[in-house]
Amino acid sequence: MSHHLAAPTNSKFWTPGVVALAVVAAAGLVAIIARYIGGIGYVSNLSTARPWGLWIGVDVASGVALAAGGFTTAFLAHILGKHYYEPVIRPALLTAMLGYTFVVLGLLVDIGRSWAIWKPMIYWNFNSVLFEVAMCVMFYLNVLYIEFLPMVIERFKGRVRLPGAPDALNRAIDGLLTLADKVLSKIMWVFIIAGVVLSCMHQSSLGALMLIAPTKLHPLWYTPILPLLFLTSAIAVGYPMVVFEATVATTSLKLDSEMKILTPLTRFTVFLLGIYLALKVGDMVIRKTYVYLLDGTAQTNAFLIEMTLGVLVPWLMLLFPKVRQSRRWLFIACTMIVVGVLLNRVNVFVVGYRPPVSEAHYFPSIGEVAITAGLIAGLMLIYRFLVTHLPVLNKPVKEVTA
Amino acid sequence: MGISRRNFFKILSVAGAATATAGTPARAWESQAPSEAYGCLVDLTRCIGCRKCEQACNEVNKLPPPDRSFEDLTVLDRKRRPDEKAFTVINRYYSGMIDDRDQLIPTFVKLQCMHCQDPACASACIVGALSKQENGAVNYDVTKCIGCRYCMVACPFEIPAYEYHDPITPRVMKCTFCYERVANEGKLPGCAEICPVEAITFGRRDTLVKVARERIKENPGRYVDHIYGEHEAGGTSWMYLSAQPFEKLGFVTLPDHPMPRLAETIQHSLYTYLWSPIVLFGMLSGIMWAFRGKGERQEDHEGGNL
Repeated sequence: MSHHLAAPTNSKFWTPGVVALAVVAAAGLVAIIARYIGGIGYVSNLSTARPWGLWIGVDVASGVALAAGGFTTAFLAHILGKHYYEPVIRPALLTAMLGYTFVVLGLLVDIGRSWAIWKPMIYWNFNSVLFEVAMCVMFYLNVLYIEFLPMVIERFKGRVRLPGAPDALNRAIDGLLTLADKVLSKIMWVFIIAGVVLSCMHQSSLGALMLIAPTKLHPLWYTPILPLLFLTSAIAVGYPMVVFEATVATTSLKLDSEMKILTPLTRFTVFLLGIYLALKVGDMVIRKTYVYLLDGTAQTNAFLIEMTLGVLVPWLMLLFPKVRQSRRWLFIACTMIVVGVLLNRVNVFVVGYRPPVSEAHYFPSIGEVAITAGLIAGLMLIYRFLVTHLPVLNKPVKEVTA
Repeated sequence: MGISRRNFFKILSVAGAATATAGTPARAWESQAPSEAYGCLVDLTRCIGCRKCEQACNEVNKLPPPDRSFEDLTVLDRKRRPDEKAFTVINRYYSGMIDDRDQLIPTFVKLQCMHCQDPACASACIVGALSKQENGAVNYDVTKCIGCRYCMVACPFEIPAYEYHDPITPRVMKCTFCYERVANEGKLPGCAEICPVEAITFGRRDTLVKVARERIKENPGRYVDHIYGEHEAGGTSWMYLSAQPFEKLGFVTLPDHPMPRLAETIQHSLYTYLWSPIVLFGMLSGIMWAFRGKGERQEDHEGGNL
């Protein structure tokens, strides 16, 4: 396997970009503290009619969707046995692990009784779509941590040197790591498959969340196949997210661009995004919702932007081999797909949500934006910290450039 | 790869057993509505907009004192919604009808939780903190609540409100149907008891539907031929009679089927006995096993999957 190529980047941590991220994260932290002093109402514009806003649309729904790189690459490389793609698994796994961790952090901020987040483990409601989502996210987060463990083990096995610790302790920990390494390599297949199964379950159920509110969600999005659309779009956005993340990381950390892997990887995206596009258009035709397309409302315009710039245009772009081979154009196309799925989740949970009785409008407050931006910045900081110190990204291959 | 042939067949047989048990035709969705639910019939042709019900509700539920007195009828000048400090509110509508002195005739509409027969909020609630009681009340158990507010997303009447300004222990706030009074003290809900013009009739829901039909039959000129809440969202414990079409009085037009039906049907047909995840797990194990040799030719034999 190719993971012996992955190595800590050991690059300088505090660059100007990292400082900027830290400032954004600190601002978010201030807003989070304000939320726990004054309440959700103190920092947000959420109301009786608009109980879910930016936090659910971006931090939770988009966070889950954009972490789909984890299970889609695992499926390709581990289950289908296409080991060629293994170099992208570790960064995708790290993104998924951090993505889900921050989904939970975002949820803690959003739910009114953060301290009660464990209660769904005791009080079960099998009728509740949200209950199933919560259970899957909880189990999957643990699966992701287990899948991530080998990177930690690889880094520290055989060189545990806790400062000031007696030799015996160091050896004991080392022994534990060696044992964990042996056990994990035997049973990891269970977690890999469980990760894919759990992902399919909750990615689709996130779409099913809105099925209970047919009078509130705009007909352009409300469809009985919403769960299927959420699942197919999550699967389709997995590899573009890998490209997006790999391009940003390799540029920022001055590593090899990995185009040799990314170019063939996005061939699958042509097919996967094509399925999603066909389902979306087919659903629109069958339910005749195209009648709304030119009515000029905010919802319709949001839908048009989501579908053209977020799905159709990048899909057409990816049809061209030249786009897939160009680092710049591939990045542009994949970024559009990522933003398209983000827009879709925001549209379903925020823009397309129109309570018919009170017709309440909602626009996120500065506090909500600060917390969402802060969480994303925090995620990026931890990503950078972890790739600096753990074998996640691939070492530059020197001999190729000679 | 750590998957052996024996493991693979073990998984397949588990998956097969699961499909066999789940293979029986999925049961159709069934309403969980209690058969002996109580309800209230609000006759909008009787309501005079005195706001006594608002006051009684405030006292019975020990809600904070209102910003403006309950005697102050100028609050009716703008439309209000129930919120975390008021479980019921009266709104005034003018339909354009005038009396013999050329004065516009107002119609007053009392708003509160409708106590649906198959409540969307109870189906949505992640922990089952909201539940439909045998006596018809949709009850909220704060000890289970985590504050996800999915009930508020689900409610077609936009009723549950939230204590957004409580940082640690906020509650979902809505009409309780005076559950304690009705169930344990044998009393009427506060609003129904105080109403000076008997605009609110408390009783068994099926009886109330009959009462409403009789009133329409005896006075066809007085009422529109529609009992709002008889069928809306699968039926609600609170129902309304009106002289004006309901859509002109701020009532939302809803489908006749219970709101949870579609989501619950999908959830239960996919996840009963967890058959679909188990089958998917089995299929993926099979694929992984079938493809396991492919990669090994190109690589060393380190083993492990990551």
